[in-house]
Amino acid sequence: MRPVIPYVTAALLFGLGVYGVLRRRNAVLVLMAVELMLNAINLILVTADTTVRAVLPHSGQVFALFVIVLAAAEIGVGLAIVLQLYRLRASVAVDEVPLTEPTDPPSAAGAPEPAAAGGNQEAGR
Amino acid sequence: MTGADLLLLALGAVAVGSGVLVVTTKHLVRAGLYLVVCLGALAGDYLVLGAELVAWVQVLIYVGAVVVLLLFAVMLTRAPIGASDDLDRPGWPAALIGGGAGLGLTVLLVDAYRWSTVAVPDAGTAERLGEQIFRSWVLPFEVLSVLLLSALVGAVVLSRPDIGRRPGPPADGGAARDRVDVDSGGSR
Repeated sequence: MRPVIPYVTAALLFGLGVYGVLRRRNAVLVLMAVELMLNAINLILVTADTTVRAVLPHSGQVFALFVIVLAAAEIGVGLAIVLQLYRLRASVAVDEVPLTEPTDPPSAAGAPEPAAAGGNQEAGR
Repeated sequence: MTGADLLLLALGAVAVGSGVLVVTTKHLVRAGLYLVVCLGALAGDYLVLGAELVAWVQVLIYVGAVVVLLLFAVMLTRAPIGASDDLDRPGWPAALIGGGAGLGLTVLLVDAYRWSTVAVPDAGTAERLGEQIFRSWVLPFEVLSVLLLSALVGAVVLSRPDIGRRPGPPADGGAARDRVDVDSGGSR
């Protein structure tokens, strides 16, 4: 077995994940690109388990299992954040998230407005 | 080139091809379905590489749970059925950085491993992996269980609008709470 083939697959998948995270506007698609990157790391770990002779056998595969668990936790919290963002703003575009917090409460005053905008959007579609 | 090499090549091509479709498609739901293909091909890669338990855990957790959660999120954010044009940002920097990362890692790994061969080790069955996890890696395993619990609690706290809200003017807070309740009821 030639380990360069899965290694190159993993490198290309990681590059695709980086491209997706930077390119996509929809937060759910950003999370999918993050999944691509995590899977590239898993493939690297499993392949390294066959090429690197470690003291403990199968440590690469054990680490791959740990990374899968971390990815599950990440996707749970990430989707909670995305759904909360959608509930507040009726949009999940990551480049429309304000990075500075508004000082006075226009968020409460203008709060019905995003829902109305969402309704309009829905009607427009 | 042996049979394992050919299998790895084919599965890698499927994984990279569907990965390209995940980050370029204009349909939100199709992106999730291409992600299923990509993760399935990677599970096949793990099987060829002798990681049986990791392959089945990948199918169970990624294809079974994570993708379903992502599709739930796509539906809950009222994604349009059909192609949508506003999914992408103008992407020269993204192409530059992503292509640079991917091709740089490719050059690094090809230079490190050339065309060398290794023997496929004995399969990582559940018995062998369990022995390793519960003998050598038991402390990280327990820490991971605590992390999963805290992620669960964190997701619940994030999803409940009445926890952690800042005390404001009572009328204001009441209006905001009503609004959130109405909105969440509408989104279900």
